[in-house]
Amino acid sequence: MVTDAAILDAVGEVADPEVPVLTIADLGVLRGVRHEGDEVVVTITPTYSGCPAMDLIRHEVELTLQSLHVDGRVETVLSPAWTTDWMSEAGKAKLTEYGIAPPTGRRAVGGPVMLSLTLRCPLCGSPDTSELSRFGSTSCKSLWRCNSCREPFDHFKAI
Amino acid sequence: MTDLFDYTLRLGDDALIAAQRMAEWIAAAPQLEEDVALGNIGLDQLGQARTLLQYAGSMDGRTEDDLAYFREEREFRNLQLCELPNGDFAHAMARLLYFATYQHLLYDELRTGTDETLAGVAGKAVKEVAYHVDHATQWVIRLGDGTEESHRRMQAGLDALWPYTAEMFESDELVRRLPVAVDPAGLRDEWERRVLAVIDESTCSRPESSYQHKGGRSGRHTEHMGYLLAELQHVARSHPGATW
Repeated sequence: MVTDAAILDAVGEVADPEVPVLTIADLGVLRGVRHEGDEVVVTITPTYSGCPAMDLIRHEVELTLQSLHVDGRVETVLSPAWTTDWMSEAGKAKLTEYGIAPPTGRRAVGGPVMLSLTLRCPLCGSPDTSELSRFGSTSCKSLWRCNSCREPFDHFKAI
Repeated sequence: MTDLFDYTLRLGDDALIAAQRMAEWIAAAPQLEEDVALGNIGLDQLGQARTLLQYAGSMDGRTEDDLAYFREEREFRNLQLCELPNGDFAHAMARLLYFATYQHLLYDELRTGTDETLAGVAGKAVKEVAYHVDHATQWVIRLGDGTEESHRRMQAGLDALWPYTAEMFESDELVRRLPVAVDPAGLRDEWERRVLAVIDESTCSRPESSYQHKGGRSGRHTEHMGYLLAELQHVARSHPGATW
């Protein structure tokens, strides 16, 4: 008998195909595990409604369950809605090391116009950076530039 | 068909058709960052559409693909605003300002509603749409308060689409009867307040129109809808059942 903790540990190691240094546990995409009769149900939640990585993540979780010889399925839940607040501190550290500025924890919600927040360059550490575009290479990122080292970098935007 | 099916279809069709128009901008936007931004916005809308159409389909045994690819024009329930051709970039930003501000208010109310799935979709989407509103706001202000030419085009875009905005707030039997539905008539004042504040800041003048186009909610569409659907549906209809 595989324990729930062991299942969570194993499927939590599935990597995000877009940002392979992060696991779905780091991201907070993995929501939990429960039992329905003899079946194990692993719940995951998408970061964005249209996130194209979800199909692959679901498939990888299923493969992991098979490798554990666990009879189970994967369920996608929408509520509560994913937030960058669920990203682990270890995940944020890994992101910085990978060259992506982690979410600042100040979520951009509410009124129609939001503030641009200053970020530290993940490459040289300078706070002198500017936003090029609020939309980056994937839904979850925005595009920034460091005015000190002149390098462009991605930012995992708060949501 | 049930009221909930019809209502979910309205929400899903708005998102689907808006996403299709947004996708047309990819590789055609005025700058690379904008190709990426509009592609991302379209992807958010498509994600919302997929979940909503899956939900609608679950009520009568159809899939999201059945609903997207194998319905006729008259069966689509989207706003005419969503199906109009893209026009120039200022035109696209005017539409995004009008539509995303509406979606933001609608989803914000829907996320506290009693239908678990609709509330779940809305709770996610409202955060995504906040970024869409912000993007449109920045561009409308930048173009309106920019050069003489950019101002002229921004004003033209705002004016051309204004007659299609009243349809968003049209109340009918369905929304009054269905407890989980948001009656959009109640969103109008706040929508106008937000949109007009942006238009004022952009130095453009407030659009006016005595005529208002309506009909999308009952399946009456503009002459552009058929062409849009031809592009959206022709691969799925030419090769029914194909997988890859």
